[in-house]
Amino acid sequence: MNPDNNLGILLDATLRDTLGVSLPHFRPELCLAATVVLLLVCRMLPLLRLLDAGWVALGGVAVAAWFSWADCLRLSQSAWVGGGGDMLPGRIELFGGLLAFDSLSAYVRLLLVGFLILFILLTKVSGIPDREDGADFYALVLGSTLGMCLMASANHVLTVFMAVEMASVPSYALAGLLKGRKASSEAALKYAVYGAGAAGIMLYGLSLLAGVLGSCHLPTMARQLAALEAGMLPGGTALALAIGGLMVAAGLAFKLSAVPFHFWCPDVFAGAAAEIGAFLSVASKAAAVALLIRVAFGLGVPGLGPAHALEMVALGETRHYIAGLVALLAALTCTLGNLAAYGQTNMKRLLAYSTIAHAGYLMMGVAAAVALAGRDPQAARSAISAVCFYLGTYVFMNLAAFAIVALLRNSLRSEEIASYAGLIRTNPGLVVATGIVLVSLIGLPPLAGFISKFLVFSSIVQAVTLSAERPMMLVLLVVGGLNTVISLFYYLRVLKVMTFDPPPAERTAEAFPLVSIPGALVTALVVPVVSLGIFWSGLYTFARFAGAFAS
Amino acid sequence: MAPAAASLSQPGFWPLTLVLFIPALVAAVLALPILPRVRDESIRWIGLATTAVVFLLSLWMAVPWLFGGPGPGQFTPGAAGMQNVVKAPWIPSFNIEYLLGVDGISMPLVLLTTFLSMLAAAASWPIEKHVRAYWILFLLLVTGMIGVFVSLDFFLFYVFWEVMLLPMYFLIGVWGGPRREYAAIKFFLYTLLGSVLMLLAILMLYFASDVRALSDDQLLAAHVVSPALEGAERAAALTAIHSHATPIHTFNILALAEIGQSPGSPFASTSFWGMTLETWAFLLLLIGFVIKVPVVPVHTWLPDAHVEAPTPISMILAGVLLKLGGYGILRICYPICPGAGLSLAWLVCGLGVVSMVYGAFAALAQKDFKRMVAYSSVSHMGYVMLGLGVWSAVAGQQYQWESWAQGVNGAMFQMLAHGISSAGMFFMVGVLYDRVHHRNLEEFGGIFNRMPLYASLAVAIFFAGLGLPGLCGFIGEVLVTLSSWNYSGVLAVCSAFTVILTAAYILWAIQRVYLGAEYKGPHGDHLTPLSRRELAIAAPLVVFAVLFGVLPQLIFNYVTPTVNRQVEDLASWTRDVHDGGGTVVASAPAPAPALGDTTIAGGSR
Repeated sequence: MNPDNNLGILLDATLRDTLGVSLPHFRPELCLAATVVLLLVCRMLPLLRLLDAGWVALGGVAVAAWFSWADCLRLSQSAWVGGGGDMLPGRIELFGGLLAFDSLSAYVRLLLVGFLILFILLTKVSGIPDREDGADFYALVLGSTLGMCLMASANHVLTVFMAVEMASVPSYALAGLLKGRKASSEAALKYAVYGAGAAGIMLYGLSLLAGVLGSCHLPTMARQLAALEAGMLPGGTALALAIGGLMVAAGLAFKLSAVPFHFWCPDVFAGAAAEIGAFLSVASKAAAVALLIRVAFGLGVPGLGPAHALEMVALGETRHYIAGLVALLAALTCTLGNLAAYGQTNMKRLLAYSTIAHAGYLMMGVAAAVALAGRDPQAARSAISAVCFYLGTYVFMNLAAFAIVALLRNSLRSEEIASYAGLIRTNPGLVVATGIVLVSLIGLPPLAGFISKFLVFSSIVQAVTLSAERPMMLVLLVVGGLNTVISLFYYLRVLKVMTFDPPPAERTAEAFPLVSIPGALVTALVVPVVSLGIFWSGLYTFARFAGAFAS
Repeated sequence: MAPAAASLSQPGFWPLTLVLFIPALVAAVLALPILPRVRDESIRWIGLATTAVVFLLSLWMAVPWLFGGPGPGQFTPGAAGMQNVVKAPWIPSFNIEYLLGVDGISMPLVLLTTFLSMLAAAASWPIEKHVRAYWILFLLLVTGMIGVFVSLDFFLFYVFWEVMLLPMYFLIGVWGGPRREYAAIKFFLYTLLGSVLMLLAILMLYFASDVRALSDDQLLAAHVVSPALEGAERAAALTAIHSHATPIHTFNILALAEIGQSPGSPFASTSFWGMTLETWAFLLLLIGFVIKVPVVPVHTWLPDAHVEAPTPISMILAGVLLKLGGYGILRICYPICPGAGLSLAWLVCGLGVVSMVYGAFAALAQKDFKRMVAYSSVSHMGYVMLGLGVWSAVAGQQYQWESWAQGVNGAMFQMLAHGISSAGMFFMVGVLYDRVHHRNLEEFGGIFNRMPLYASLAVAIFFAGLGLPGLCGFIGEVLVTLSSWNYSGVLAVCSAFTVILTAAYILWAIQRVYLGAEYKGPHGDHLTPLSRRELAIAAPLVVFAVLFGVLPQLIFNYVTPTVNRQVEDLASWTRDVHDGGGTVVASAPAPAPALGDTTIAGGSR
């Protein structure tokens, strides 16, 4: 054959793939990218400068949300309606295998973009950033979200790393947004240095894995790994793989703020504005959990169907390793987060440790899913669904918590827990809202946080009864249960200060009434926390759709 | 099928749903920020009216002949088994249902709850601080308590169980005494620890269960398939279950009990680390429940919480919340995990007797009047544990059918009687505290001369707590003690001996508080006679204390058929499944009359 002709076919196929398959599934990301450009262009042109950057960003994100929703809908309809008991949503590889488009990426993407809408509304209400910084701020936020969307659909070592960096670098700048404040600059520097270190380690680990397995494409790597494990695995290779896995885990743990890579988290949250805390704690966490699922399932679970049965058996050791590593990190993260939260006097620091603890619960779900994958595909899927459901409720719980901190900061000029003393006298509605959010974070019924914990714990129980990792999963179950009890104390302490303690003498006015724009925002965030605790069937069906990605 | 419409037309739907949610609904309305500033006095009346309406509604359900019944939605006393079952889908993907129902065990407890809530609401008048918030929390608490008693779905049960915690935390922590914050968090931590363990047990049982193994009759009896379905629909629903490819897990408490008592139960055949799943589940559930009861050594939250709580909340705590533990053991632990219940009978009985004796000695040592009453609750609830525990009593190779039933009936009676007498005792202490602002037993005396009406009512209630024949406290204690003879002579002697200790601390308290020449303590001039409101609370309690003592059939009519049916099921389970065909003792052929004799004999003594 003629080599020129060959190249032509290749180009033609690539073009067809890019234009016909990849780009139509990439519309939300394209929207985000276009909005970033638009924001920067607006800043340069004199007339367009009059436009408020926040509303421009909101418009762009709304279009992106519309596309994500349409993608979800199309995917769910194409799959479930197809008939047959076990029909599952399809999976498409985009851009020659760099990205995977399936129900998980569709779900997480919708979650991220939906969160962004609420987040932009919050920043408009709370007044950070000011008009001058607006364009920069929203460009950074949207750019970071774009990276997070890629994290959720990464299918290739290169995209794993690129996505993490795309999500992280704008975050470093966001952490230092409060210019001229020492704490803020320090937070940004600390975050950047930690981030750079973690990225380096992760890159090293990824290259080790890719080098040993001879591919960068995650499914191909899994096949190679299965082939290696099916034969005799030389000791050196196994060691290289284990160290590579450990290093990748370090990078992921940094994004998840998992112990022992969590040190940046409280400092950054305390130094940066509360709004940035909300962004990092919700969006960044959701994307990191999705990426963890991608990597863990990408390497350990080539597929849950009968077609992959042999490979699944061969990869038993790998899954044992992954599940053990994730479970260990989860148990440590959860316990340390909850214990360290005890001593905090600053609300943002307390929420930072609470975020760390919740990362632990989420990772427990992932560990259970990996442990179950070899035994019971159905149970593994429902474990992923539990994690996805958790992420869905977490958006509202944590955004509401940070929104309350931000709005109270505007009126009280303080983020210390002690300054909230006796708020119930002047702001009963707000205290009730805070109470609902914090109790939901503890995980008490009938609130959304309980359902999330219930689902994650039920997956761990299933892992105890079904999987090969019984002792490990039992330890995880006990740790999770005890952590729920000890977390009670510090969340309730905030409520105690707000309700039992006498208010300071100088406070007379109401911080803000519930019937106002900030009040309406808080209400809009708190209502789902209650209603998803009672009517959770809808979101759970959606989460099951996301959990079915590993078909 | 149109499940929503079908569930609305179930006869029990509206009565049960209304009793359950009216308090929460009123609380939600009171919480609306747009509501104009209502005067505190009006909020109190709204609250009292709500509890009164709920009480009347539950009375309409429970005592049909008062209202010209029985009609649809009303309870038929004297019949065993679940009545007025409400079944509606809630979370189909987990088979979680809105499944409610009442039987002879739960109906009297629901009535006790609504009755005491109404009295506690009336006793809440002196609460001056943040009145609206108080009533919102109080009404939420009422919904939580009723919900636990009527839920037949384990998930729903757990939700209501936890819903009670937060209101109670704030009710103690904001409106309580000087050490309220400590008491409130201690209460919360203890109970949450118990309920997390319970959640794990619930999940273990759920994932081990499979309703496909049940027969058609069992599926209908457990309301997995609604018996209201007719003909083809019913057959289709049953076939759908039996032909399902994968296991169908369930949270249905009745179905779990059927599974637990069936031969080859998956709960008994799977085991972890040398213990069967049902033993694990039984232990985890038991820890959750005995923390609520409470039982020594996990009782230490109780004296703090009861002493620091305001009077109406102490009434609710002692009168209703402690019963939740006993109810849970009776409704959930034993029927679902019978094998574990049988082999761990010594544990339940032992815990009961230890609390009984320890609580009595501790009560004897108290200087604080309210603390003494709190420890008396620990002691009295010990009888409940013992009565429930002898359920699984075996004397040699013979199953003591009668003494099981007697013990459980006695425990049920004791729960209801203690609900009346302990709420009354806490109220009586509260009346004194409102006047003289101290509770030091050493500084009282001579109250009889200053407040004769109050003192005579109080003494009557305290005698009921003591277990004087003719008053409500007697019957439960005597039945439990008698039944425990067949289980263990030592335990029976201990429990009989405790009656003397009880008499000692109560008589001593009566002597120190009510008798004596004159009151020498602080604020003597505030010892005003009972107000009409206080009389209206105290009088019904005394009336019921006497009534149940003289006519125990009032309670046994409700309780005995259901309890006997449950015990009979478990007796035949022990014979057929556990031992694979031993013999039930000779008296089995005529069980019901024999038991009737015992109870009536107990009452007339």
